[in-house]
Amino acid sequence: MIKDILQKPESFYKEFYRKSGSNKLTTHYCPGCGHGVIHKLIAEAMDDFGISNKSVVISPVGCSVFAYYYFDCGNIQAPHGRAPAVATGVKRAIPGSIVISYQGDGDLAGIGGNEILHAANRGENISVFFVNNAIYGMTGSQMAPTTLIGQKTTTTPYGRSIQNEGYPIKVCELLATLEAPVYIERVAISDTKNVMKARKAIRKALQNQVENKGFSLVEILSPCPTGWGVKPTEAKKWIEEVLSKNFHLGIFKDKTSEPVALLNEAKKFDPEEIKKIIGEKNQNEQDTKFSKPDVKPKYQNPRIKISGFGGQGILFLGQLLSKCAMISDYYTTWLPSYGPEMRGGTANCQVNISNKRIGSPLVTETDVLIAMNLPSLDKFENDVKKDGLILVNSSLIGRNVRRGDVEVLYVPATRIADEIGNTKVANIVMLGAYIAQTKIVSNDCVLYTTNHSVKKKEFLKVNEEVFRRGMEYVISYKRKSNKEFDTVIF
Amino acid sequence: MNSMNLALVNEDPEQKKRKHSARVEIEGELCKECLLCIEACAPDVLKVSQKLNKLGYHAVEYIGEGCTGCGVCFYVCPEPGTIKVYKRINES
Ligand code: SF4
Ligand code: SF4
Ligand code: SF4
Repeated sequence: MIKDILQKPESFYKEFYRKSGSNKLTTHYCPGCGHGVIHKLIAEAMDDFGISNKSVVISPVGCSVFAYYYFDCGNIQAPHGRAPAVATGVKRAIPGSIVISYQGDGDLAGIGGNEILHAANRGENISVFFVNNAIYGMTGSQMAPTTLIGQKTTTTPYGRSIQNEGYPIKVCELLATLEAPVYIERVAISDTKNVMKARKAIRKALQNQVENKGFSLVEILSPCPTGWGVKPTEAKKWIEEVLSKNFHLGIFKDKTSEPVALLNEAKKFDPEEIKKIIGEKNQNEQDTKFSKPDVKPKYQNPRIKISGFGGQGILFLGQLLSKCAMISDYYTTWLPSYGPEMRGGTANCQVNISNKRIGSPLVTETDVLIAMNLPSLDKFENDVKKDGLILVNSSLIGRNVRRGDVEVLYVPATRIADEIGNTKVANIVMLGAYIAQTKIVSNDCVLYTTNHSVKKKEFLKVNEEVFRRGMEYVISYKRKSNKEFDTVIF
Repeated sequence: MNSMNLALVNEDPEQKKRKHSARVEIEGELCKECLLCIEACAPDVLKVSQKLNKLGYHAVEYIGEGCTGCGVCFYVCPEPGTIKVYKRINES
């Protein structure tokens, strides 16, 4: 449709309400900055294609970090150079969305060089607008990967030299060598003719995505009058006479007329298939539910850290707890730690069990620490909240808990497990102890979960027995001492 | 803004429509005086005004006649909402 009136595209906010200060109608960009023109071309295309309600603009670090002030659509601001990775995530999670990775030269070709290479190589169905002004504009005109040889910047006061800084990186040429990208073009925001070419390229990159064609990148040589220290009209001229002589304009790759590769089709799993893959049993068993016991307020919503040697079943214990919570209608998370400390030192995992939705699986403030060996206690004792609970495997930990403001339960878990004939099940003894103390889930629930989580059938009886022994240990000790636990070593 | 249509007076009404339905409006308060529009405008119908706007720039303004509605100034202007171009409306 040919428009009769050219005016501010509707895909821009009417008022840039996110922008600080009183002026909510102009951009934060310098006079004559190319970003404004490029924004306008993108917004106009969004209008014309009717895609603003499903578009997500990923803004970079750099002058255009605030792109979300302007585009009235989904916006995410990504860490430096990571816009293609974020775009990949958004596009894959919401395949019907139109995802735009908007990046400058420092962001895309510098710190994010690796990200763009792999996003392009995977042929992500996204549109990348790469704004190349040959300089780090926002931070004060430092050399960028695309700075020309001989070009003076604050970090190359004598001009960029090949010996010191190497050659300018030509992103289009580089990415065009890859198999996957479908469309790569370089355009310039300079005279009218070139602006209209840029307009066409931007529209094409978006259209490719709408048609599920695959990865498109448009590099846009863009004036930065401030960074270059010239007037806007001179900046325009410099692009024409110098920059575009070094970065040649034109199409570097165009496979858009070829049929769409099936590569981009999202694989959809049905729930049954997923269950089969992760080894879950049939529907009925999944639906089994146990009721939540009454839990004392101080034991509610625990954030639990479980730690010990690799091989003590630390991660498995966390999984069991989390599974129990799941079928008892709690919200829960389980997060294993795969740090280098797993090699020989402590393995640990973090479990949240909550009546409310959980914001993060990370346990930073610990309510419950289950320490299966000494290094674990040494490492995490001080992270436990005041009035928190520490369960100590006293068979392997030959010292008391130093804190005086926490509740401590000393359980000779490894010894009890050994009496049953297998030290490997010390984790289940601890589980019994923890459940006996807090009653966070029902015993039936634990037995059910344990039975359904153990692969070797000979462990079934053993697990049941050690779980009971763990519980009994705590209950009988309670009866004996008739008080809350203090620092006693067994 | 106030695009003057004085030039239309006393002309043939038919011709008036075809010739002069094109015009440009510039929101002076939102202009940053980059002058890219002036440079790009082929019939040269934009000029810098004397007044300063609240941003501290001499805003560009339309001289009031001669705009062809080509839209070039709209596309070269980096500001989203400063320029509005009414194109010539074809009779069809
Ligand atoms: S520094 Fe350069 S890129 Fe940044 S807003 Fe100013 S002109 Fe634009
Ligand atoms: S629309 Fe064309 S003729 Fe009219 S002011 Fe803008 S550039 Fe000049
Ligand atoms: S291009 Fe836009 S901001 Fe620049 S002088 Fe013209 S109207 Fe003002």
